Amino acid sequence: MSAILIPVGAVSGIGLLCAVMLTVVSKVMAVQVDERITAVRDVLPGANCGACGYAGCDGYAAALIEDGVKTNLCVPGSDDVSLQISNLLGVEFEDVIERIAVCHCGGTTSATQRKMEYGGVISCAAAKLLYGGEMSCRYGCIGYGDCARVCPNGAVCIEDGVARINPRRCTGCGLCAKVCPNGIISTLPDTVTTVIKCSSIDRGGDVRKKCQRGCIGCMRCVRECPNEAIAVVNNLAVIDYDKCGGCGHCAEVCTVKCVKIANFTGVFNKTE
Amino acid sequence: MVKLISVLMAAVLVNNYVLRQFLGICPFLGVSKDLKSATGMSIAVIFVMCLATAVTWCIHMYLLVPRGMEYLQTVVFILVIAALVQLVEIALKKNIPALYRALGVYLPLITTNCAVLGVTIANLDRGYGFAESMVNALGSGLGFFLAMVIFSGVRYRTETSEPPKPFEGLPLTLISASILSLSFFGFNGIVENLFGG
Repeated sequence: MSAILIPVGAVSGIGLLCAVMLTVVSKVMAVQVDERITAVRDVLPGANCGACGYAGCDGYAAALIEDGVKTNLCVPGSDDVSLQISNLLGVEFEDVIERIAVCHCGGTTSATQRKMEYGGVISCAAAKLLYGGEMSCRYGCIGYGDCARVCPNGAVCIEDGVARINPRRCTGCGLCAKVCPNGIISTLPDTVTTVIKCSSIDRGGDVRKKCQRGCIGCMRCVRECPNEAIAVVNNLAVIDYDKCGGCGHCAEVCTVKCVKIANFTGVFNKTE
Repeated sequence: MVKLISVLMAAVLVNNYVLRQFLGICPFLGVSKDLKSATGMSIAVIFVMCLATAVTWCIHMYLLVPRGMEYLQTVVFILVIAALVQLVEIALKKNIPALYRALGVYLPLITTNCAVLGVTIANLDRGYGFAESMVNALGSGLGFFLAMVIFSGVRYRTETSEPPKPFEGLPLTLISASILSLSFFGFNGIVENLFGG
């Protein structure tokens, strides 16, 4: 019996001694901390990921109080945390710029055609191996939902043969972008308002034969954009988001309607 | 005296904890980005290693050995080291807030730093006396310091260089760490030759 009791007693005793010592020292050496820092620290997620640019959540909390930095730097905490901090400190709410996944293909079943019937394994990666998938366009969405299966939040579904991403559920982890064999999903900042829904780099005429929604590189958006934010590279319109003012004029003038207007921002869009 | 110097040399160069025994890799990669925090971290590690060795050696010799409880070594040492690091953290916060801020989240990491636990256990495994244990702890800490300072210099160069895309970031860091580790193998045998084993 004593063979168990003595070791247990010894370890407990050392533990108790350490605990008493730490308690006493923490009382004796207590440092006055601004109580707002503690309050802000409790709101932050506590992951210590460093995405805000400070050494952990404690560092960011201290910087918020002492240096008055912006409240929207905590990306994992998202809009929710930003709102709570702004309420605590009585400053204006600032939207957190989260990442959001966007599928660059609008080739629904009505807009594009099949070039064959695929009967193999239900997987985009497998279908891609067989002449680039069964759809006529080899750049677009294959539609077997590899992205939907990998999404941890159930934000992706295949609708009309094209991956659709629910921005309310998407956390911008980018897993779908990695798994897509055609690489047509990208993660963009949620401040983006216009998206090119096509990835085909074929020439305009060839695109036209395969998909009614494909970018034909007609240059109309390039000419009409007031900010000169759009360029056609490899027969495909590309938006420079540093220049884009978000007016949405490109979506109005696009001859094939492959530019979509979207609004991904908004309080609580990540907290449902 | 010669024995103590040979223990010190062996701990700093030949048995360097980071580069030869691959303990304490976490702060080695985490805090080596700039020289200032690398130095701060190393000084904290030296301090904790010496303190931990002093306390654990006494606990082992005067509490565990007489009662035949050596098998409790790991558990008790982890407990004591964790408490010590907390103590150091509180003391730093009070007395040297600048260093406390510089260390940030890395100081609590020493709590579970395997290099610290490794030193205290290696002291007893090799049958060192108290003086030798303390010198070994100091040497191991200095070896950690040396590795950190050298590697922060290497990191400074790799961060500003333009490597091929697949090597960017962590891969380049790990490769340079391995080359640094290889270069430390050059110290093999110098202690035996200098001090006659």
